[in-house]
Amino acid sequence: MSLHFTKEHEWIRVEGDTATVGITDHAQHQLGDIVFAEAPEAGKQLAKGGDAAVVESVKAASDVYAPASGEVVEANPAIADDPSIINSDPEGEGWFFKLRLSDPSELDALMDEAAYRDWVATL
Amino acid sequence: MADTLELELGSLPLDGWHRARGGRMVPFAGYHMPVQYEGIIAEHRWTRQHAGLFDVSHMGQLMLRGPQVAEALETLLPGDITGLQPGRIRYSMLLNETGGIIDDLMVTNVTPTGGEPTYYMVVNGATKAGDIADLRRRLPAEITIEHLDDRALLALQGPEAAAVVEAIWPGVGDELSFMQGTSRDWEGVAVGFGRSGYTGEDGYELSVPNSHAEKLADLLVSDERVRPIGLGARDSLRLEAGLPLYGHDLDEQTTPVSADLLFAINKRRRADGGFAGSDRILAEIEQGPVARRIGFTVEGRQPVREGGRILDAEGNEVGRVTSGGFSPSLEAPIGMGYVATTLGAPGTALTLEQRGKLFRATVTPMPFVPHRYHRKGKA
Repeated sequence: MSLHFTKEHEWIRVEGDTATVGITDHAQHQLGDIVFAEAPEAGKQLAKGGDAAVVESVKAASDVYAPASGEVVEANPAIADDPSIINSDPEGEGWFFKLRLSDPSELDALMDEAAYRDWVATL
Repeated sequence: MADTLELELGSLPLDGWHRARGGRMVPFAGYHMPVQYEGIIAEHRWTRQHAGLFDVSHMGQLMLRGPQVAEALETLLPGDITGLQPGRIRYSMLLNETGGIIDDLMVTNVTPTGGEPTYYMVVNGATKAGDIADLRRRLPAEITIEHLDDRALLALQGPEAAAVVEAIWPGVGDELSFMQGTSRDWEGVAVGFGRSGYTGEDGYELSVPNSHAEKLADLLVSDERVRPIGLGARDSLRLEAGLPLYGHDLDEQTTPVSADLLFAINKRRRADGGFAGSDRILAEIEQGPVARRIGFTVEGRQPVREGGRILDAEGNEVGRVTSGGFSPSLEAPIGMGYVATTLGAPGTALTLEQRGKLFRATVTPMPFVPHRYHRKGKA
């Protein structure tokens, strides 16, 4: 298992050839109360850096980008039913979607957890 | 550019007070203002259930004095100002010569008994400099316009606001009904009270010298029924209450008729006219406006925000969303916008478009959440 982070505040946890994607605790904190989330449907092809999902707080809408390219294999139904779990457990139960990676080497450009937390502390 | 803007932002008297209480500060109307403390939804619900304390010191507080000041104001405002008795508050609008809305505002008659006619006016923060210049240019020279920039403005809103005020200033809670004002000496300064606000709840706006703003805020939040509330919840509360926000739902292209604010133009003013843009406005009242401000609810959970397009059944654009968000009380997306008057009837189905995605919406009477103002004759 490996965990990577983007500068757009997504996390991606890789287990074998599939990866789980969500937004970071820092991101949910910045957004505030989340009232809507829409994950991509299974079967959708995502390109690294492209739009993947939408998350809306009371105040604003934000895009969630694909941290890596691949095919969506599962969307988390729980975040559609209760978007507040993205606030309460963003890096656990509040995951957005699972992805079958098409090019795992793309992950090399992302930050590891320590680098991400250090970088966020400077924001 | 961002750095320059940051440097030019002003700090209001309660800036440090908000930061000490965990307020997340954002640029708004030229100042650093708290957008939220614990979270918008919790703050919104607290205000609907208890009492929320809002800092609205960015708004402009003006004092207008002089002979025939009410008559002069009636040339610019469509409201009944000459008929406004001392101690009464009225919602009105500053209009341009074609009837467009330069700002919306509250006017209180604060004329002392037997004294010079005096009116206290609260205008929007983002427009106050322009309003003052416009009033100065269009009002007779013998009317003085004083900008009370040495005073802070706090709003205490919610069903427990009256009991909180009554506990601190016995008599004030009982003395005032909705849209009435008074003042008291407190800690050696004059505090102005208006039983008004912009959340749809009962409550007060309190004007206090900057020097005493922190002391007053501390006193109010020392009551366990009161919590500080940010601008985020203020926006969701006023949207649920169906109240338009200047710069979003109102602007100089909007008239009071299309903005659905006809309640602010009484029978006498409709009959006599004589205010800026009255020819156009009276004609619109007679014939009906081309477009009208409406409220809508959206299917699903995703809000449609300001700027979203409103489409008719054939996909033609018939209007724009001017405010949109998630209603914490209804747990559903709501909004307001302008549509062709023929599509404004409650129950009319609309299609909204936002970032290429279509949403089903229904024209809904406003307010979305009932007002709970304290009106005379009611408990």
